[in-house]
Amino acid sequence: MRAELPILAGVAPFGMIYGVLAMQAGLPVSAAQCMSFILFAGSSQFMAVPLLAGGVPALILIFTVFVINLRHALYSAALAPRLQHLSPLWKGLLAYLLTDEMFAVSITRAPGPLTHWFYLGAGAALWTCWQISTALGIFLGAQIPDSWSLDFSLPLTFIGLVVPALKDRPALLAALTAGLTAVLAYGLPNKLGLLLAALVGISAGLLGERLWKSG
Amino acid sequence: MEIWLIIIGAGLVTFLTRLSFIALQGRWQPPELLQRGLRFVPPAVLTAIILPELLMPGGQLHLGLDNLRLLAGLAAAATAWRTRSVLWAIAVGMGSLYLLQAVSGWLAR
Repeated sequence: MRAELPILAGVAPFGMIYGVLAMQAGLPVSAAQCMSFILFAGSSQFMAVPLLAGGVPALILIFTVFVINLRHALYSAALAPRLQHLSPLWKGLLAYLLTDEMFAVSITRAPGPLTHWFYLGAGAALWTCWQISTALGIFLGAQIPDSWSLDFSLPLTFIGLVVPALKDRPALLAALTAGLTAVLAYGLPNKLGLLLAALVGISAGLLGERLWKSG
Repeated sequence: MEIWLIIIGAGLVTFLTRLSFIALQGRWQPPELLQRGLRFVPPAVLTAIILPELLMPGGQLHLGLDNLRLLAGLAAAATAWRTRSVLWAIAVGMGSLYLLQAVSGWLAR
């Protein structure tokens, strides 16, 4: 629990901002809160709000959420060996709770026989914090003016996640090529530029890895 | 009605993504290319969201000192590099944006 307090302190304002933005975009209260229940994935919820309000087609929107949350497959792969002995129910429960923050807390802790209880505790605390802060944000909703530029906290969060992860040249190359592609392809309809950018970035990273390893 | 289908569909793909390797562990060996490519997903996807937000506020490419979000984003990136903390990146980024807005408002008077 003590390991998690600073992370909870970071999640709470984020959940509130999500709630406020959802209300500013005119989403129904029930949908805004249920998104936190069902998705439980802050960054994709942030991205989904303007798309939902803008009437983007359902399948495109679901696919966009998929691309944004694809990084959770990486977390899943990293934690999988530690969870192999658990029952399917445990696996499902921990998968549902697996977020950026829970992964950050879990991966730094040495695995032991009771580790899954630690994961459950960490995940449940984050989950509770996320639901309550969403509700608070929804409640505050309309009282927060647009001029606070709260939507800017989304790219800022991503900057905080991605910059420390650019540890080698292939990762840097993947980031730069994906970013440039996203800017150049911005005019494509329905956020298809994001998908294209992800593909270009991942391919460039793989190529760079091969190039620099052999060179 | 459609909004509920979207939320449930998006929730389902997110859950399955998180479950994928946990469920398949020990039963299926993913191809090597997939294992190596996975590492580039976070930098590629996250940067693809960040750069347009910084370089094209309002949907138009905007490079220059009067692009306040770009300047604030650079300050946040420098902070993230030094502190390795998401929380500090947000705090410095939002603080810089407010400060720059105040300064440019004062200059425009």
